[in-house]
Amino acid sequence: MNHANREGRRIGLLLTLVGTLLLAGQPARAEYGDLVLNENAEKEGMPPVIFPHWFHRIRFRCKVCHADLGFQFKAGGSGIDMLKIIDGQYCGACHNGDIAWSVENCNICHSGKPGLPTQVIGSTLGKLAPPRPAGDKQK
Amino acid sequence: MRNILQALKIIALLVPVAAMLPVAGGVQTAAAAGQNDPNTFNRLLKPRKPVNLPPAEDGYHDPEGEGVAYLQPPKEAFKDLVKSNVGNHVDWVKSLETGKINPRFDRIDPKAKPIVMDLNIVREVKGSMPNVVYPHKQHTEWLDCSNCHPAIFIPQKGANQISMAAILMGEKCGVCHGKVAFPVTAKTCRKCHSQPKGKGKKKAAAKKTAATKK
Repeated sequence: MNHANREGRRIGLLLTLVGTLLLAGQPARAEYGDLVLNENAEKEGMPPVIFPHWFHRIRFRCKVCHADLGFQFKAGGSGIDMLKIIDGQYCGACHNGDIAWSVENCNICHSGKPGLPTQVIGSTLGKLAPPRPAGDKQK
Repeated sequence: MRNILQALKIIALLVPVAAMLPVAGGVQTAAAAGQNDPNTFNRLLKPRKPVNLPPAEDGYHDPEGEGVAYLQPPKEAFKDLVKSNVGNHVDWVKSLETGKINPRFDRIDPKAKPIVMDLNIVREVKGSMPNVVYPHKQHTEWLDCSNCHPAIFIPQKGANQISMAAILMGEKCGVCHGKVAFPVTAKTCRKCHSQPKGKGKKKAAAKKTAATKK
């Protein structure tokens, strides 16, 4: 009886969680899966980067970046900076004027609104625990 | 008579527009009155939000930015892809299967073929939900073994504890699903929970009873 009660309560909790997820007014109208990257950008005086996952997965399978190029499955988790990109790592493996346009097109990537924190747009976790504003370092 | 009809037409056209706007104080239109009707149809159903907006209007890109004009509007790219009702509103797996897209498996070589493994893993779940069937096939079309094994999933039967709570918090399947791969919503439960429960067991039980009867 007690056990069934507890089980019921757990299921109830999960249902409420899913319910809030569904009902939560989602302000994210940008593309699902796009990344905002602002670990360094604004500190270095550039607007945040917006990475469109959808655009890249039309052209490459996940594995190319996430296995071959070493991108982690975590927004801001790969420790990328411009020096690495210029040296041909990460984005720079393709954005080198050879496979894709090269790094002098700063504003195509650095195109985010000021103050956006690093996040995955439209992510479940982002809805459960919204990202802190950029610059608020409490991790 | 024609005037009245025309007026009705205009009101009908305005109703959806008015529903999208916040009700301005003091302005009481027929549409606003309709919104306050306690007996409206589908009272709690939210109006659909626009999807696949162009970058300058999506609320994340800076419309003043110089580069934004160069960015492709997602709608243009998604035009011929297979639609879905969640995430990007694109069914990426079906778009790949049907050849609507042909993403490279190698950074440079456009002819490189993925190493596809066709193996379904059935996970019997504890609750009342149908069992989960995990298809390696669709996953290995996109990913390399090393993307999941052994860091996220230990490649051994029974070695991985998975719960919906963990998935919603971005662990296990949630490393991709709920971020970039199709999201975890009430519309997508059955994509994974797809095998009716006790199907095998029921058959076995039926055989047993038949045997005892004999």
